[in-house]
Amino acid sequence: MIEVHDLTKRYGDKTAVDGLTFTVKPGIVTGFLGPNGSGKSTTMRMILGLDRPTSGTATVNGRPYAEHADPMFQAGALLDAKAVHTGRTAYHHLLALAATTGIAKSRVDEVIDIVGLHEVARKRVGGFSLGMGQRLGIASALLGDPEVVILDEPTNGLDPEGVLWIRNLMRGLAEQGRTVFVSSHLMSEMALTAEHLIVIGKGRLIADVSVSGFIESASNESVRVRSPHANALHDLIAGPGTTVLSLDRGLFEVSGLSAEEIGDRAAAAGIPVHELTVIRPSLEEAFMELTKDAVEYQSAMIGASR
Amino acid sequence: MTTAIAALPRKRVSLPRVVKSEWIKFWSLRSTFITLGIAVLLLIGFGLLASSLFGDGSDPGGPPGNEPTDPISASFTGTNFALLAFGALGVLFTAGEYSTGMIRSSMAAVPKRLPVLWAKVAVFAAVVFLVALAASAVVFTAGQALIDGGASWSDPGVARAVFGTAGLLTGSGLLGVGLGALLRSTPGAITTLFGVMFLLAMVAALLIPESWSDVVQYLPSEAGNAFTAVTQQDDALSPMAGLAVFGGYIAATLGAAAWRIKRADV
Repeated sequence: MIEVHDLTKRYGDKTAVDGLTFTVKPGIVTGFLGPNGSGKSTTMRMILGLDRPTSGTATVNGRPYAEHADPMFQAGALLDAKAVHTGRTAYHHLLALAATTGIAKSRVDEVIDIVGLHEVARKRVGGFSLGMGQRLGIASALLGDPEVVILDEPTNGLDPEGVLWIRNLMRGLAEQGRTVFVSSHLMSEMALTAEHLIVIGKGRLIADVSVSGFIESASNESVRVRSPHANALHDLIAGPGTTVLSLDRGLFEVSGLSAEEIGDRAAAAGIPVHELTVIRPSLEEAFMELTKDAVEYQSAMIGASR
Repeated sequence: MTTAIAALPRKRVSLPRVVKSEWIKFWSLRSTFITLGIAVLLLIGFGLLASSLFGDGSDPGGPPGNEPTDPISASFTGTNFALLAFGALGVLFTAGEYSTGMIRSSMAAVPKRLPVLWAKVAVFAAVVFLVALAASAVVFTAGQALIDGGASWSDPGVARAVFGTAGLLTGSGLLGVGLGALLRSTPGAITTLFGVMFLLAMVAALLIPESWSDVVQYLPSEAGNAFTAVTQQDDALSPMAGLAVFGGYIAATLGAAAWRIKRADV
């Protein structure tokens, strides 16, 4: 269980995390979603006691992480794949971390096997690919067999097989009753893995919803209609509660009316309809819609068109 | 899932365990062996070279003006070179964690943070003192054998010079450990260490007015000389005072490093 209460982090006059409050429950995978620079990593670093909050609290299993006598058994984290000394072998990296809390060598070998780094465990980390680095970071997160697993963008740099592996690993950890908190900037990835979502933008909480709830609220569909008698059809369907957006000659997009209703009305009036397409925004689009005001680094083109 | 085959026994983080961790970290880097080797080579190599040039004591070899004045000092000619190598080793031990990002893993494993610094100090001091002591003993014994009428272990000041040199080298390394953790930058910490140990006394001698010249003897390099030199200079601290002052600089640097580690974000 992770509990974050009114957590705030300021760097000078820049506020990275702004009064965040949320709870991450055990037994499910919770996705932590937000555009780049929205404060996800900073929040995770504060949960692990690496960054000091300007105000507010973050606790792991009821206590600030740093106050646990056995921290690696409470929570394990992959914060970034570069938190290793490049001159050391993967095995010695894990062995040194394990030694701080008396974890046996056999467990080090075990996590190396779990993440599939057996072949390269005795090689220096400097030569690792990003994907291998991610696997090593996950191995260190699992060392203490912790109740809480925190993963910051774990699929970065992984091939499709690796992405699938992470997905199954996270689900498996959650099924064992652990708290799994995983950040991503990809909604599509989270929709496949997570059960619950915490969405932030510019350091503020935007949504704290179940994935199914998010998908429901996001499916605000519209209908694309093509007809040679567009004007006549337009008059038929325009009215309070409907928006009709003209896209092209004879082509418009209608929201507020179902495709069935539009088709029935056209048929009743004898107006031919050449196309009737239901447009459902993708999760990615819904996510972008939700966070568009909170995007830190927006490309100039999108910014200009708004 | 193969994660939880058997429940792991839950053990606490303790200073001895963190020391073991730092021991593993220290010996699992190639740079440790290279830097230690260079330091020992510099100490022994320059010591033997100067001893062989020292001759019989009446006609010191080498360029005039800077030659060792006594046979024991000749054996320890390499001290200043080895000092920089041991100092660099100390800097790499802490600043290397910051430059690679390892520090985030280390501090996540030991979120109380300070045990990491104290464990580094313990491992570094123990290893470097033993290595430096062995190298000092070797270079003294072998160096004196090259000199006609060379000193023996029982001569006054010899034991102090041998142990003092090992202490000075260890202490300089610890300054490196502290500066590395304080500045979090390998080049920055090495440059600072070099400046403090080599340039500061020279600059001070040039800039400080005559009436203030007593200050110079309290500089780290001069305090270090005070407890390693066989023949005491008039304007130097006593060996014990020198050791205390030098130890004070180490304590202050490590204290500042501890303060930054505890207070600042990792």
